Amino acid sequence: MRLRSTPAEEAFRIELREWLVPNLARLAPPPSYDDWQAMRARDTAWQRTLFDAGYAGLAWPAEYGGRQSTPNEELIFLEETERAGAPYVGCNFVGALHAGPTIAAEGTPEQKQRHLRQILRGEQVWCQGFSEPEAGSDLASIRTRAVSDGDHYVVTGQKIWTSHAHIADFCELLVRTDPEVPKHGGISWLIMSMDTPGIELRPLKTLTGISEFNEMFLDEVRIPVTNRVGAENDGWRVAMVTFSFERGTAFVSELLASMMMARDLAQVARTTGAWSDQSIRRDLAIAVAELETLWAYTKRNVSVAAKTGTTGVGGSIFKLGYHEARLHLADVAGRVLGRRGLAMDDLDDLSRFDHVERSLYVLSLSIAAGTSQIQRNIVGERLLGLPKERSWT
Amino acid sequence: MDLTLDDNQTALQDELRRFLGNELNAERRRAMAALPGGVDPHFWQQLADLGVFALTVPEDRGGIGLGMVEAVIVFEELGRALVPGPLAATFLSSEHNAAGPETRVVGAIEVVFSSGEHANDLIIENLSALDQLLLIDSDVRIIDPPPGRLAGRPLDPMTPIHHVLARDLDSGKPVGGPELAEKMRRDGSLLTAAFQVGLAQTAVDLATQYANSRQQFGRVIGTFQSLKHLLADAASWAEIARAGVYAAAIALDEAAEDAAITNGSIDAGSSQLTIRSAVASARVVASRSAHLATSTCIQVHGGMGYTWEVEAQLLFKRSLVLDQAFGGVARAEQILESML
Repeated sequence: MRLRSTPAEEAFRIELREWLVPNLARLAPPPSYDDWQAMRARDTAWQRTLFDAGYAGLAWPAEYGGRQSTPNEELIFLEETERAGAPYVGCNFVGALHAGPTIAAEGTPEQKQRHLRQILRGEQVWCQGFSEPEAGSDLASIRTRAVSDGDHYVVTGQKIWTSHAHIADFCELLVRTDPEVPKHGGISWLIMSMDTPGIELRPLKTLTGISEFNEMFLDEVRIPVTNRVGAENDGWRVAMVTFSFERGTAFVSELLASMMMARDLAQVARTTGAWSDQSIRRDLAIAVAELETLWAYTKRNVSVAAKTGTTGVGGSIFKLGYHEARLHLADVAGRVLGRRGLAMDDLDDLSRFDHVERSLYVLSLSIAAGTSQIQRNIVGERLLGLPKERSWT
Repeated sequence: MDLTLDDNQTALQDELRRFLGNELNAERRRAMAALPGGVDPHFWQQLADLGVFALTVPEDRGGIGLGMVEAVIVFEELGRALVPGPLAATFLSSEHNAAGPETRVVGAIEVVFSSGEHANDLIIENLSALDQLLLIDSDVRIIDPPPGRLAGRPLDPMTPIHHVLARDLDSGKPVGGPELAEKMRRDGSLLTAAFQVGLAQTAVDLATQYANSRQQFGRVIGTFQSLKHLLADAASWAEIARAGVYAAAIALDEAAEDAAITNGSIDAGSSQLTIRSAVASARVVASRSAHLATSTCIQVHGGMGYTWEVEAQLLFKRSLVLDQAFGGVARAEQILESML
């Protein structure tokens, strides 16, 4: 076992660190939180900057313009960019981390030609049309129907939690192409252009007050059959391929930001006087211990992914632990801020972090991308070998 | 960076797991607990022969010359097998024992003479089995075990407790100064954390086995999500704690390697801070993980978990005993606090 990087990894780190300084200095300040067009412009411009420097598509195969990095190198990239305060992947998330790698693995030559480099260059923004109002944790029960009509599918239904749909060019869409077979067997994976007639978006405001999500209504949307990725009715497997790209790095930026937030809270507490409260100091110390061991666990997951190509149940374990650690940190934040925490973003004189909003955001960590209840089933059944409560079909 | 065990480390783990699996079972553990001081000298010698105590002692001084990484792997296995006795103290003293190569049972106690305030009533584990006592204060001394009064009802039936008066401790000769004292607190803390990860894992395994066999309402109780989720949480934190322990041990070994290469000429200040925080974090999370897993183990066993008979109680109680070792978890929390 070792923590040390190899000389090549260390060289990569130093080169990146040096590259970040001037390139971040040139960056305009982030736009206001609800100016989505400006955010798209900023995120895609940063993606282009990364692409030109050879830092886009770290996990992507080289033949599609990716860097084909090892998981270790990807971890270093995320660590350095987060510490330097570089923009998060933002609206490039679905394209760069889900749809793109899926097309690279399963798409036709034409599909690859049409999308892959464009995604890496920041020319295509993607959104994800998987979840539905009646298909949340039970994703395979989707009802959005695709009916064959010559060389097109005619798609009707409703999607939800569609992040960035209002600024996206394309959508990775799961549809039901065969309602007669058991649910996993009748699903197809389609590329939907967001300018196709019949798509209606309604912003969905979350409890933080931000409309990052959308409801997406599809009314006889015509999608060419050539936009299907993988075989008809094989979409569940294609979607699972997407999830198998997870290399243990999903929460690196966030985790490191949380560790910085913990240090920041100690400073804030010294300013507000809360530091004299021993229970606050102790609880903050415990949150720090949890975050630090989760950082070690991230490295463990990345190591396992580097050797086996997957983290196994490591992603579920991380997410369960991280949610709990973040809850502890949010609790401390509330006590440190006291009445100052009754306003969402008036901490400018105290802190560069929006502790109040981030504490609300914690509530989503046990829901999004697989609820904690689903994660516990995964750990209980796959790691411990406990039987399923009932068979799911 | 690689946080997975290499082949040698896996072999070490397998060998020890096999040995402990063959040698120890519930009955044998209880028999050991009934011996004076709760230590079986023959078994202790077997552990010594395997190299458990001299693992990190350099080869030219009769040890095995491995690092803290191997030490935490070993201590995790000792925890998994719920091995009784003052394992960490014996381990820490082995390099400093002038008494020769024969194996000793060494306990540890911390007394803060420097605070000017003698703790009069000291509590010492396994006293009647001890050949020596490691006194970790502002310096480190190895002294003869003092006389003491046996407590009638120890918290952990496998860890006998004696009350000792501070004035009965002989002062002995220091084997090292404040730096060694600090190192022993740190290494002892990490070995304790590793042992607790092992305890947590055994608790999860024992409870999972029970949940997979015990039937109620016509099915095994592990089918129910209410229990499955308790076990998933306990298992998850054991995994996370283990990574924290490994990372801290690797950081220690790599800092030692760096120091050896540069003859200590490079300022190792920042790596010492990293190590301090890594060890303290591992200790805090391992302790919490051991509490969660061992109490979950009792809960999953239901009424049987609350009995003297089922070993779940022993896992829980040992974890409480270990929380008090090497300055206790509270000290690790204070270290993290002081670094914020």
